[in-house]
Amino acid sequence: MLDVEKLRQDFPMLVNQPDLIYFDNGATTLKPKCVIDAVTDFYTSHTSNVHRGDYAIAATNDRLYDGTRKIFAKLINCEPNEIAFLHNVTACLNQAAYGLGKMLKEGDTVLLTKAEHASNLLPWFELAKEKNLKIEYIETDRQANISVESFRRAMHEGVKVVSIAHVTNVLGSIQPVKEITEIAHSYGAYVVIDGAQSVPHMKVDVKDIGCDLYGFSAHKMCGPGGVGILYGKHELLEKMEPLYRGGDMNARFSSDQTVLLKNAPVRFEAGTPDIEGVIAAGKAAEYLMEIGLDEIHEYEKELRAYLLEGMQKLDNIEILNPDNEYGPVAFNAKGVFAQDAAGYLASKNIAVRSGNHCAKILHEIIGTDQSIRASLYFYNTKEEADRFVQAASEISLENAVGIFF
Amino acid sequence: MANSLLNDPEILRELIMDHYQYPHNHQLTEDKSYASVHMASDSCIDDITVQSLIRDGKIQDIRFDGVACTISTASTSMMTDLLKGKSVEEANGIIDNYFSMIDAGEYDPDVLEEAVAMKNVYKQANRIKCATIGWKAMRQMIDESEKES
Repeated sequence: MLDVEKLRQDFPMLVNQPDLIYFDNGATTLKPKCVIDAVTDFYTSHTSNVHRGDYAIAATNDRLYDGTRKIFAKLINCEPNEIAFLHNVTACLNQAAYGLGKMLKEGDTVLLTKAEHASNLLPWFELAKEKNLKIEYIETDRQANISVESFRRAMHEGVKVVSIAHVTNVLGSIQPVKEITEIAHSYGAYVVIDGAQSVPHMKVDVKDIGCDLYGFSAHKMCGPGGVGILYGKHELLEKMEPLYRGGDMNARFSSDQTVLLKNAPVRFEAGTPDIEGVIAAGKAAEYLMEIGLDEIHEYEKELRAYLLEGMQKLDNIEILNPDNEYGPVAFNAKGVFAQDAAGYLASKNIAVRSGNHCAKILHEIIGTDQSIRASLYFYNTKEEADRFVQAASEISLENAVGIFF
Repeated sequence: MANSLLNDPEILRELIMDHYQYPHNHQLTEDKSYASVHMASDSCIDDITVQSLIRDGKIQDIRFDGVACTISTASTSMMTDLLKGKSVEEANGIIDNYFSMIDAGEYDPDVLEEAVAMKNVYKQANRIKCATIGWKAMRQMIDESEKES
Protein backbone atom coordinates (compact mmCIF):
# COMPACT_ATOMS: atom_id res chain seq x y z
CA MET A 1 0.00 0.00 0.00
CA LEU A 2 1.23 3.47 -0.85
CA ASP A 3 1.52 5.98 1.94
CA VAL A 4 0.07 8.74 -0.22
CA GLU A 5 0.01 11.38 2.49
CA LYS A 6 3.71 10.83 3.06
CA LEU A 7 4.48 10.87 -0.67
CA ARG A 8 2.58 14.15 -1.07
CA GLN A 9 5.10 15.77 1.27
CA ASP A 10 7.78 15.09 -1.38
CA PHE A 11 6.03 17.50 -3.78
CA PRO A 12 6.54 21.22 -3.01
CA MET A 13 3.68 22.07 -5.40
CA LEU A 14 1.26 20.08 -3.27
CA VAL A 15 2.58 21.65 -0.08
CA ASN A 16 2.49 25.18 -1.53
CA GLN A 17 -0.92 24.75 -3.18
CA PRO A 18 -2.87 22.82 -0.57
CA ASP A 19 -6.25 23.63 -2.15
CA LEU A 20 -5.33 22.73 -5.70
CA ILE A 21 -6.69 19.50 -7.13
CA TYR A 22 -4.26 18.63 -9.87
CA PHE A 23 -5.99 16.15 -12.19
CA ASP A 24 -4.04 17.12 -15.30
CA ASN A 25 -1.30 14.55 -14.97
CA GLY A 26 -1.73 13.38 -18.54
CA ALA A 27 -0.46 16.81 -19.59
CA THR A 28 2.42 16.98 -17.16
CA THR A 29 3.17 15.86 -13.63
CA LEU A 30 4.33 17.60 -10.49
CA LYS A 31 7.95 17.28 -9.44
CA PRO A 32 9.29 15.82 -6.20
CA LYS A 33 11.99 17.65 -4.30
CA CYS A 34 14.72 15.16 -5.27
CA VAL A 35 14.16 16.05 -8.94
CA ILE A 36 14.10 19.80 -8.30
CA ASP A 37 17.27 19.48 -6.21
CA ALA A 38 19.05 17.61 -8.99
CA VAL A 39 18.34 20.50 -11.38
CA THR A 40 19.38 23.22 -8.94
CA ASP A 41 22.48 21.30 -7.82
CA PHE A 42 23.66 21.27 -11.39
CA TYR A 43 23.31 25.07 -11.52
CA THR A 44 24.72 25.77 -8.10
CA SER A 45 27.44 23.13 -7.69
CA HIS A 46 28.45 21.37 -10.90
CA THR A 47 27.68 23.26 -14.10
CA SER A 48 29.53 22.18 -17.23
CA ASN A 49 28.92 20.74 -20.64
CA VAL A 50 29.29 17.00 -21.24
CA HIS A 51 31.57 14.91 -23.43
CA ARG A 52 33.96 17.82 -24.01
CA GLY A 53 35.65 18.95 -20.79
CA ASP A 54 38.95 17.80 -19.33
CA TYR A 55 38.25 18.94 -15.79
CA ALA A 56 36.78 17.23 -12.77
CA ILE A 57 33.31 18.79 -12.85
CA ALA A 58 32.93 17.93 -16.52
CA ALA A 59 33.93 14.36 -15.75
CA THR A 60 31.34 14.26 -12.97
CA ASN A 61 28.68 15.40 -15.39
CA ASP A 62 29.75 12.85 -18.01
CA ARG A 63 29.35 10.19 -15.37
CA LEU A 64 25.98 11.51 -14.19
CA TYR A 65 24.61 12.10 -17.69
CA ASP A 66 25.71 8.82 -19.24
CA GLY A 67 24.99 7.01 -15.98
CA THR A 68 21.35 8.00 -16.35
CA ARG A 69 21.12 5.58 -19.30
CA LYS A 70 21.61 2.77 -16.79
CA ILE A 71 18.74 4.02 -14.66
CA PHE A 72 16.36 4.11 -17.60
CA ALA A 73 17.66 0.76 -18.85
CA LYS A 74 16.66 -0.66 -15.50
CA LEU A 75 13.29 1.10 -15.60
CA ILE A 76 12.20 -0.41 -18.92
CA ASN A 77 14.53 -3.46 -19.05
CA CYS A 78 17.03 -2.84 -21.82
CA GLU A 79 20.75 -2.12 -22.26
CA PRO A 80 22.10 1.37 -21.44
CA ASN A 81 23.33 1.79 -25.02
CA GLU A 82 19.75 1.40 -26.19
CA ILE A 83 18.67 4.63 -24.45
CA ALA A 84 18.97 7.95 -26.30
CA PHE A 85 18.06 11.29 -24.72
CA LEU A 86 16.00 13.55 -26.96
CA HIS A 87 13.89 16.54 -26.01
CA ASN A 88 10.46 15.00 -25.51
CA VAL A 89 8.41 12.08 -26.79
CA THR A 90 7.44 14.17 -29.82
CA ALA A 91 11.12 14.35 -30.76
CA CYS A 92 11.36 10.56 -30.24
CA LEU A 93 8.47 9.93 -32.62
CA ASN A 94 9.79 12.39 -35.20
CA GLN A 95 13.15 10.62 -34.98
CA ALA A 96 11.40 7.28 -35.43
CA ALA A 97 9.53 8.47 -38.52
CA TYR A 98 12.62 10.08 -39.98
CA GLY A 99 14.90 7.14 -39.26
CA LEU A 100 12.56 4.39 -40.34
CA GLY A 101 11.38 6.56 -43.24
CA LYS A 102 14.83 6.26 -44.79
CA MET A 103 14.29 2.51 -44.95
CA LEU A 104 10.83 2.68 -46.56
CA LYS A 105 9.93 2.88 -50.22
CA GLU A 106 7.03 4.21 -52.25
CA GLY A 107 3.79 2.33 -51.68
CA ASP A 108 4.77 0.94 -48.25
CA THR A 109 2.10 1.18 -45.55
CA VAL A 110 2.33 2.72 -42.08
CA LEU A 111 -0.32 1.42 -39.70
CA LEU A 112 -1.67 3.76 -37.00
CA THR A 113 -4.89 4.27 -35.02
CA LYS A 114 -7.24 7.24 -35.00
CA ALA A 115 -6.76 7.55 -31.24
CA GLU A 116 -3.14 8.63 -31.57
CA HIS A 117 -1.79 11.93 -30.32
CA ALA A 118 -0.73 14.44 -32.99
CA SER A 119 2.90 13.56 -32.33
CA ASN A 120 2.30 10.00 -33.49
CA LEU A 121 0.34 11.05 -36.57
CA LEU A 122 1.81 14.21 -38.08
CA PRO A 123 5.40 12.90 -38.53
CA TRP A 124 3.97 9.89 -40.38
CA PHE A 125 1.60 12.05 -42.45
CA GLU A 126 4.53 14.15 -43.57
CA LEU A 127 6.63 11.11 -44.35
CA ALA A 128 3.77 9.58 -46.32
CA LYS A 129 3.45 12.74 -48.39
CA GLU A 130 7.16 12.90 -49.04
CA LYS A 131 7.72 9.23 -49.88
CA ASN A 132 4.30 8.39 -51.24
CA LEU A 133 3.47 5.91 -48.50
CA LYS A 134 0.04 4.68 -47.51
CA ILE A 135 -1.41 5.44 -44.08
CA GLU A 136 -3.92 2.94 -42.72
CA TYR A 137 -5.74 2.79 -39.39
CA ILE A 138 -6.26 -0.20 -37.15
CA GLU A 139 -9.91 -0.56 -36.23
CA THR A 140 -10.65 0.05 -32.55
CA ASP A 141 -13.73 -0.17 -30.38
CA ARG A 142 -15.57 2.96 -29.19
CA GLN A 143 -13.14 3.33 -26.31
CA ALA A 144 -10.14 3.12 -28.65
CA ASN A 145 -9.06 -0.40 -27.70
CA ILE A 146 -7.35 -2.49 -30.36
CA SER A 147 -8.19 -6.18 -30.18
CA VAL A 148 -5.61 -8.72 -31.32
CA GLU A 149 -8.13 -9.88 -33.94
CA SER A 150 -8.67 -6.41 -35.35
CA PHE A 151 -4.92 -5.93 -35.50
CA ARG A 152 -4.54 -9.20 -37.36
CA ARG A 153 -7.16 -8.01 -39.86
CA ALA A 154 -5.35 -4.69 -40.36
CA MET A 155 -1.95 -6.31 -40.88
CA HIS A 156 -0.74 -7.27 -44.37
CA GLU A 157 2.47 -7.73 -46.38
CA GLY A 158 2.59 -4.07 -47.39
CA VAL A 159 2.79 -2.82 -43.78
CA LYS A 160 6.36 -1.87 -42.91
CA VAL A 161 5.77 0.18 -39.75
CA VAL A 162 3.18 -0.04 -36.98
CA SER A 163 3.17 2.98 -34.67
CA ILE A 164 0.75 3.14 -31.74
CA ALA A 165 0.39 4.42 -28.20
CA HIS A 166 0.84 1.85 -25.46
CA VAL A 167 -1.83 3.71 -23.47
CA THR A 168 -3.97 6.24 -25.38
CA ASN A 169 -3.86 9.80 -24.08
CA VAL A 170 -7.57 10.63 -23.88
CA LEU A 171 -9.27 7.34 -23.08
CA GLY A 172 -6.48 5.40 -21.37
CA SER A 173 -6.94 2.32 -23.52
CA ILE A 174 -4.12 -0.14 -22.84
CA GLN A 175 -3.17 -1.76 -26.14
CA PRO A 176 -1.96 -5.37 -26.42
CA VAL A 177 1.47 -4.21 -27.58
CA LYS A 178 3.23 -7.54 -27.05
CA GLU A 179 0.79 -9.49 -29.25
CA ILE A 180 0.77 -6.67 -31.80
CA THR A 181 4.56 -6.69 -31.96
CA GLU A 182 4.68 -10.43 -32.44
CA ILE A 183 2.20 -10.33 -35.31
CA ALA A 184 3.84 -7.27 -36.92
CA HIS A 185 7.27 -8.89 -36.74
CA SER A 186 5.96 -12.03 -38.40
CA TYR A 187 5.31 -9.75 -41.40
CA GLY A 188 8.71 -8.09 -41.07
CA ALA A 189 7.27 -4.72 -39.97
CA TYR A 190 8.88 -2.41 -37.41
CA VAL A 191 6.92 -1.55 -34.28
CA VAL A 192 7.14 1.93 -32.73
CA ILE A 193 5.41 2.60 -29.42
CA ASP A 194 4.46 5.95 -27.90
CA GLY A 195 4.91 5.34 -24.20
CA ALA A 196 4.07 8.86 -22.97
CA GLN A 197 1.06 7.67 -20.95
CA SER A 198 2.34 4.22 -19.96
CA VAL A 199 5.86 4.42 -18.51
CA PRO A 200 4.87 6.89 -15.75
CA HIS A 201 2.07 4.65 -14.53
CA MET A 202 3.01 0.98 -14.99
CA LYS A 203 5.90 -1.43 -15.25
CA VAL A 204 7.04 -1.48 -18.87
CA ASP A 205 9.40 -4.16 -20.15
CA VAL A 206 10.52 -3.38 -23.70
CA LYS A 207 12.34 -6.72 -24.07
CA ASP A 208 9.19 -8.58 -23.14
CA ILE A 209 7.14 -6.45 -25.56
CA GLY A 210 9.78 -6.96 -28.24
CA CYS A 211 9.12 -3.64 -29.99
CA ASP A 212 11.78 -1.88 -32.06
CA LEU A 213 11.41 1.68 -30.79
CA TYR A 214 9.70 3.02 -27.65
CA GLY A 215 9.58 6.69 -26.66
CA PHE A 216 8.41 8.57 -23.56
CA SER A 217 8.76 11.94 -21.83
CA ALA A 218 10.40 12.61 -18.48
CA HIS A 219 8.03 15.44 -17.54
CA LYS A 220 5.04 13.10 -17.45
CA MET A 221 6.81 10.90 -14.87
CA CYS A 222 7.80 13.46 -12.22
CA GLY A 223 10.84 14.52 -14.21
CA PRO A 224 11.77 17.90 -15.63
CA GLY A 225 10.70 19.28 -18.99
CA GLY A 226 12.87 18.97 -22.06
CA VAL A 227 13.82 15.31 -21.87
CA GLY A 228 12.47 12.53 -24.04
CA ILE A 229 13.75 8.99 -23.75
CA LEU A 230 14.01 6.91 -26.90
CA TYR A 231 14.60 3.21 -26.53
CA GLY A 232 15.68 1.39 -29.66
CA LYS A 233 17.04 -2.09 -30.25
CA HIS A 234 20.74 -1.49 -30.51
CA GLU A 235 21.16 -3.04 -33.97
CA LEU A 236 18.35 -0.82 -35.25
CA LEU A 237 19.77 2.32 -33.64
CA GLU A 238 23.13 1.57 -35.28
CA LYS A 239 21.61 1.68 -38.75
CA MET A 240 19.07 4.45 -38.18
CA GLU A 241 19.76 7.94 -39.53
CA PRO A 242 19.71 10.71 -36.91
CA LEU A 243 17.27 13.54 -37.43
CA TYR A 244 19.71 16.19 -36.19
CA ARG A 245 23.37 16.59 -37.01
CA GLY A 246 25.97 18.67 -35.25
CA GLY A 247 28.30 18.61 -32.28
CA ASP A 248 29.00 15.52 -30.19
CA MET A 249 27.14 13.07 -32.44
CA ASN A 250 29.96 12.91 -35.02
CA ALA A 251 33.28 11.09 -34.60
CA ARG A 252 35.14 12.98 -37.36
CA PHE A 253 34.51 14.81 -40.60
CA SER A 254 36.65 16.43 -43.26
CA SER A 255 36.48 19.12 -45.92
CA ASP A 256 35.55 16.62 -48.60
CA GLN A 257 32.33 16.18 -46.59
CA THR A 258 32.97 12.66 -45.41
CA VAL A 259 31.37 12.28 -42.01
CA LEU A 260 31.78 9.48 -39.53
CA LEU A 261 29.05 9.39 -36.91
CA LYS A 262 29.52 8.19 -33.36
CA ASN A 263 27.84 4.98 -32.39
CA ALA A 264 24.32 4.91 -31.01
CA PRO A 265 22.92 6.25 -28.81
CA VAL A 266 25.09 9.42 -28.84
CA ARG A 267 24.57 9.89 -32.58
CA PHE A 268 20.96 10.85 -31.81
CA GLU A 269 22.01 13.56 -29.34
CA ALA A 270 23.37 16.34 -31.55
CA GLY A 271 24.35 19.53 -29.77
CA THR A 272 24.44 20.21 -26.04
CA PRO A 273 21.79 18.06 -24.43
CA ASP A 274 19.54 19.07 -21.55
CA ILE A 275 22.18 17.81 -19.11
CA GLU A 276 20.53 18.90 -15.87
CA GLY A 277 17.22 17.66 -17.23
CA VAL A 278 18.59 14.23 -18.03
CA ILE A 279 20.27 13.91 -14.63
CA ALA A 280 17.05 14.98 -12.89
CA ALA A 281 15.00 12.64 -15.11
CA GLY A 282 17.16 9.82 -13.75
CA LYS A 283 16.25 10.91 -10.23
CA ALA A 284 12.58 10.80 -11.19
CA ALA A 285 12.95 7.28 -12.57
CA GLU A 286 14.70 6.17 -9.37
CA TYR A 287 12.00 7.83 -7.30
CA LEU A 288 9.26 5.93 -9.16
CA MET A 289 11.14 2.63 -8.92
CA GLU A 290 11.57 3.16 -5.21
CA ILE A 291 7.81 3.58 -4.78
CA GLY A 292 7.25 0.67 -7.17
CA LEU A 293 5.61 0.89 -10.57
CA ASP A 294 3.31 -2.03 -9.82
CA GLU A 295 2.18 -0.34 -6.61
CA ILE A 296 1.61 2.92 -8.47
CA HIS A 297 -0.40 1.09 -11.11
CA GLU A 298 -2.60 -0.69 -8.59
CA TYR A 299 -3.23 2.46 -6.57
CA GLU A 300 -4.14 4.49 -9.66
CA LYS A 301 -6.51 1.78 -10.86
CA GLU A 302 -8.26 1.77 -7.52
CA LEU A 303 -8.43 5.57 -7.39
CA ARG A 304 -9.74 5.75 -10.95
CA ALA A 305 -12.45 3.20 -10.16
CA TYR A 306 -13.43 5.29 -7.12
CA LEU A 307 -13.59 8.49 -9.15
CA LEU A 308 -15.48 6.79 -11.97
CA GLU A 309 -18.06 5.38 -9.55
CA GLY A 310 -18.73 8.86 -8.17
CA MET A 311 -18.91 10.41 -11.62
CA GLN A 312 -21.28 7.74 -12.93
CA LYS A 313 -23.81 8.69 -10.28
CA LEU A 314 -24.13 12.19 -11.72
CA ASP A 315 -27.00 12.87 -14.11
CA ASN A 316 -25.28 15.82 -15.75
CA ILE A 317 -22.14 13.87 -16.71
CA GLU A 318 -21.49 11.57 -19.63
CA ILE A 319 -18.44 9.30 -19.35
CA LEU A 320 -16.67 8.48 -22.61
CA ASN A 321 -14.50 5.61 -21.37
CA PRO A 322 -16.47 3.84 -18.61
CA ASP A 323 -15.21 0.37 -19.51
CA ASN A 324 -11.52 1.17 -19.60
CA GLU A 325 -9.93 0.14 -16.34
CA TYR A 326 -7.14 2.57 -16.43
CA GLY A 327 -5.94 6.03 -17.27
CA PRO A 328 -7.94 9.25 -17.34
CA VAL A 329 -11.67 9.61 -16.87
CA ALA A 330 -12.83 11.32 -20.06
CA PHE A 331 -16.24 12.97 -19.85
CA ASN A 332 -18.55 15.76 -20.87
CA ALA A 333 -21.14 17.71 -18.92
CA LYS A 334 -24.42 17.57 -20.82
CA GLY A 335 -25.15 20.77 -22.74
CA VAL A 336 -21.94 22.48 -21.63
CA PHE A 337 -19.00 23.08 -23.96
CA ALA A 338 -15.91 21.27 -22.60
CA GLN A 339 -13.86 24.41 -22.17
CA ASP A 340 -16.69 26.11 -20.29
CA ALA A 341 -16.98 23.11 -17.98
CA ALA A 342 -13.22 23.12 -17.38
CA GLY A 343 -13.52 26.85 -16.63
CA TYR A 344 -16.05 26.09 -13.92
CA LEU A 345 -13.80 23.39 -12.43
CA ALA A 346 -10.91 25.87 -12.56
CA SER A 347 -12.99 28.29 -10.50
CA LYS A 348 -13.05 25.53 -7.84
CA ASN A 349 -9.26 25.22 -8.03
CA ILE A 350 -9.35 22.04 -10.05
CA ALA A 351 -6.94 21.56 -12.94
CA VAL A 352 -8.08 19.41 -15.85
CA ARG A 353 -7.59 19.45 -19.60
CA SER A 354 -10.42 20.21 -21.99
CA GLY A 355 -10.70 20.15 -25.74
CA ASN A 356 -9.49 17.51 -28.15
CA HIS A 357 -6.24 16.78 -26.30
CA CYS A 358 -4.12 16.88 -29.47
CA ALA A 359 -5.94 13.75 -30.64
CA LYS A 360 -7.80 15.53 -33.42
CA ILE A 361 -9.07 12.50 -35.30
CA LEU A 362 -10.21 10.62 -32.20
CA HIS A 363 -13.68 12.11 -32.78
CA GLU A 364 -14.03 9.64 -35.66
CA ILE A 365 -14.01 6.91 -33.00
CA ILE A 366 -15.86 8.49 -30.09
CA GLY A 367 -18.22 10.78 -32.01
CA THR A 368 -17.40 13.98 -30.13
CA ASP A 369 -14.56 16.32 -30.85
CA GLN A 370 -14.21 17.64 -27.35
CA SER A 371 -14.11 16.31 -23.84
CA ILE A 372 -12.76 16.94 -20.38
CA ARG A 373 -9.96 14.72 -19.18
CA ALA A 374 -9.33 14.09 -15.50
CA SER A 375 -5.98 12.32 -15.34
CA LEU A 376 -4.67 11.00 -12.06
CA TYR A 377 -1.33 10.16 -10.51
CA PHE A 378 -0.23 8.34 -7.40
CA TYR A 379 -0.21 11.53 -5.32
CA ASN A 380 -3.93 12.13 -5.88
CA THR A 381 -6.35 11.03 -3.18
CA LYS A 382 -9.90 9.84 -2.64
CA GLU A 383 -10.65 13.09 -0.81
CA GLU A 384 -9.69 14.96 -3.96
CA ALA A 385 -11.87 12.61 -5.99
CA ASP A 386 -14.80 13.41 -3.66
CA ARG A 387 -14.27 17.14 -4.06
CA PHE A 388 -13.97 16.65 -7.79
CA VAL A 389 -17.24 14.73 -8.04
CA GLN A 390 -18.97 17.44 -6.00
CA ALA A 391 -17.68 20.16 -8.33
CA ALA A 392 -18.55 18.08 -11.41
CA SER A 393 -22.12 17.70 -10.13
CA GLU A 394 -22.41 21.50 -10.18
CA ILE A 395 -21.34 21.93 -13.82
CA SER A 396 -24.19 23.59 -15.69
CA LEU A 397 -24.37 26.23 -18.36
CA GLU A 398 -25.52 28.73 -15.74
CA ASN A 399 -22.61 28.02 -13.41
CA ALA A 400 -20.09 27.89 -16.26
CA VAL A 401 -21.13 31.37 -17.40
CA GLY A 402 -21.44 32.45 -13.78
CA ILE A 403 -17.66 32.38 -13.30
CA PHE A 404 -17.47 35.62 -15.28
CA PHE A 405 -19.63 37.51 -12.77
CA MET B 1 -32.77 47.49 -23.15
CA ALA B 2 -32.19 50.23 -20.64
CA ASN B 3 -28.53 50.52 -19.80
CA SER B 4 -29.13 50.31 -16.06
CA LEU B 5 -30.14 46.70 -16.58
CA LEU B 6 -26.78 46.06 -18.20
CA ASN B 7 -25.12 46.57 -14.84
CA ASP B 8 -26.94 43.62 -13.33
CA PRO B 9 -24.70 40.53 -13.34
CA GLU B 10 -27.76 38.27 -13.42
CA ILE B 11 -28.98 39.92 -16.61
CA LEU B 12 -25.54 39.82 -18.20
CA ARG B 13 -25.23 36.13 -17.41
CA GLU B 14 -28.65 35.48 -18.91
CA LEU B 15 -27.62 37.39 -22.01
CA ILE B 16 -24.54 35.24 -22.55
CA MET B 17 -26.53 32.05 -22.02
CA ASP B 18 -29.23 33.22 -24.35
CA HIS B 19 -26.84 34.18 -27.13
CA TYR B 20 -25.07 30.84 -26.68
CA GLN B 21 -28.20 28.72 -26.77
CA TYR B 22 -29.96 30.72 -29.45
CA PRO B 23 -27.24 32.56 -31.35
CA HIS B 24 -28.38 35.35 -33.64
CA ASN B 25 -27.49 35.50 -37.35
CA HIS B 26 -26.28 31.93 -37.02
CA GLN B 27 -26.53 30.66 -40.56
CA LEU B 28 -24.02 30.97 -43.36
CA THR B 29 -24.98 31.97 -46.86
CA GLU B 30 -23.84 30.55 -50.21
CA ASP B 31 -23.95 34.08 -51.66
CA LYS B 32 -20.52 34.68 -53.20
CA SER B 33 -20.74 38.45 -52.78
CA TYR B 34 -20.18 38.00 -49.02
CA ALA B 35 -16.68 38.16 -47.59
CA SER B 36 -15.83 35.19 -45.38
CA VAL B 37 -13.25 34.50 -42.69
CA HIS B 38 -12.61 31.11 -41.14
CA MET B 39 -11.11 31.42 -37.65
CA ALA B 40 -9.53 28.15 -36.58
CA SER B 41 -5.79 28.50 -36.61
CA ASP B 42 -5.48 30.47 -33.41
CA SER B 43 -7.11 28.06 -31.04
CA CYS B 44 -7.35 24.40 -30.31
CA ILE B 45 -11.12 24.06 -30.29
CA ASP B 46 -13.07 27.10 -31.43
CA ASP B 47 -13.68 26.86 -35.14
CA ILE B 48 -15.99 29.50 -36.56
CA THR B 49 -16.69 31.15 -39.88
CA VAL B 50 -17.93 34.73 -40.06
CA GLN B 51 -19.41 36.20 -43.25
CA SER B 52 -20.28 39.79 -44.02
CA LEU B 53 -21.62 41.95 -46.79
CA ILE B 54 -20.09 45.42 -46.78
CA ARG B 55 -21.43 47.83 -49.40
CA ASP B 56 -21.11 51.60 -49.79
CA GLY B 57 -19.26 51.98 -46.50
CA LYS B 58 -22.01 50.17 -44.60
CA ILE B 59 -22.22 46.70 -43.08
CA GLN B 60 -25.34 45.30 -44.71
CA ASP B 61 -25.26 41.83 -43.17
CA ILE B 62 -23.22 39.57 -40.86
CA ARG B 63 -23.59 35.83 -40.34
CA PHE B 64 -21.62 33.14 -38.56
CA ASP B 65 -21.52 29.46 -37.78
CA GLY B 66 -19.20 26.91 -36.23
CA VAL B 67 -18.22 25.01 -33.12
CA ALA B 68 -17.30 27.21 -30.20
CA CYS B 69 -17.60 27.73 -26.45
CA THR B 70 -20.17 29.95 -24.74
CA ILE B 71 -17.92 32.99 -24.74
CA SER B 72 -16.95 32.65 -28.42
CA THR B 73 -20.46 31.95 -29.56
CA ALA B 74 -22.17 34.60 -27.44
CA SER B 75 -19.60 37.31 -28.14
CA THR B 76 -19.80 36.67 -31.88
CA SER B 77 -23.59 36.60 -31.80
CA MET B 78 -23.64 39.95 -29.94
CA MET B 79 -21.17 41.36 -32.45
CA THR B 80 -23.44 40.47 -35.38
CA ASP B 81 -26.39 42.23 -33.73
CA LEU B 82 -24.37 45.26 -32.86
CA LEU B 83 -22.50 45.89 -36.11
CA LYS B 84 -25.17 44.98 -38.62
CA GLY B 85 -26.44 48.14 -40.33
CA LYS B 86 -23.62 50.30 -38.98
CA SER B 87 -21.28 52.33 -41.13
CA VAL B 88 -17.73 51.05 -41.34
CA GLU B 89 -16.62 54.04 -39.33
CA GLU B 90 -19.13 53.43 -36.55
CA ALA B 91 -18.27 49.73 -36.54
CA ASN B 92 -14.56 50.46 -36.17
CA GLY B 93 -15.32 52.68 -33.18
CA ILE B 94 -17.38 49.94 -31.53
CA ILE B 95 -14.74 47.29 -32.21
CA ASP B 96 -12.04 49.54 -30.71
CA ASN B 97 -14.16 50.01 -27.60
CA TYR B 98 -14.79 46.28 -27.35
CA PHE B 99 -11.12 45.34 -27.67
CA SER B 100 -10.25 47.96 -25.06
CA MET B 101 -12.83 46.49 -22.67
CA ILE B 102 -11.51 42.95 -23.21
CA ASP B 103 -8.03 44.29 -22.57
CA ALA B 104 -9.19 45.77 -19.21
CA GLY B 105 -8.90 49.27 -20.66
CA GLU B 106 -11.37 52.16 -20.87
CA TYR B 107 -14.52 51.85 -22.94
CA ASP B 108 -17.88 53.42 -23.54
CA PRO B 109 -20.54 50.98 -22.31
CA ASP B 110 -23.24 52.83 -24.25
CA VAL B 111 -21.81 51.94 -27.65
CA LEU B 112 -21.21 48.32 -26.69
CA GLU B 113 -24.79 47.69 -25.54
CA GLU B 114 -25.26 43.96 -24.70
CA ALA B 115 -21.62 43.19 -25.47
CA VAL B 116 -20.73 44.68 -22.07
CA ALA B 117 -21.65 41.22 -20.81
CA MET B 118 -18.06 40.31 -21.77
CA LYS B 119 -16.57 42.95 -19.49
CA ASN B 120 -15.09 40.46 -17.00
CA VAL B 121 -13.51 38.10 -19.48
CA TYR B 122 -10.15 39.83 -19.05
CA LYS B 123 -10.00 38.22 -15.61
CA GLN B 124 -9.65 34.80 -17.26
CA ALA B 125 -6.69 35.35 -19.56
CA ASN B 126 -7.14 32.02 -21.32
CA ARG B 127 -10.61 33.08 -22.50
CA ILE B 128 -9.67 36.39 -24.11
CA LYS B 129 -9.17 34.62 -27.42
CA CYS B 130 -12.70 33.22 -27.13
CA ALA B 131 -14.19 36.66 -26.56
CA THR B 132 -12.42 38.20 -29.54
CA ILE B 133 -12.43 35.48 -32.19
CA GLY B 134 -15.57 36.66 -34.03
CA TRP B 135 -14.72 40.33 -33.57
CA LYS B 136 -11.27 39.80 -35.07
CA ALA B 137 -12.84 38.11 -38.06
CA MET B 138 -15.12 41.13 -38.57
CA ARG B 139 -12.25 43.60 -38.19
CA GLN B 140 -10.32 41.64 -40.81
CA MET B 141 -13.21 41.87 -43.28
CA ILE B 142 -13.64 45.59 -42.65
CA ASP B 143 -9.91 46.19 -43.21
CA GLU B 144 -10.03 44.24 -46.45
CA SER B 145 -13.12 46.09 -47.67
CA GLU B 146 -11.40 49.40 -46.98
CA LYS B 147 -8.33 48.30 -48.93
CA GLU B 148 -10.53 47.45 -51.89
CA SER B 149 -12.45 50.71 -51.91
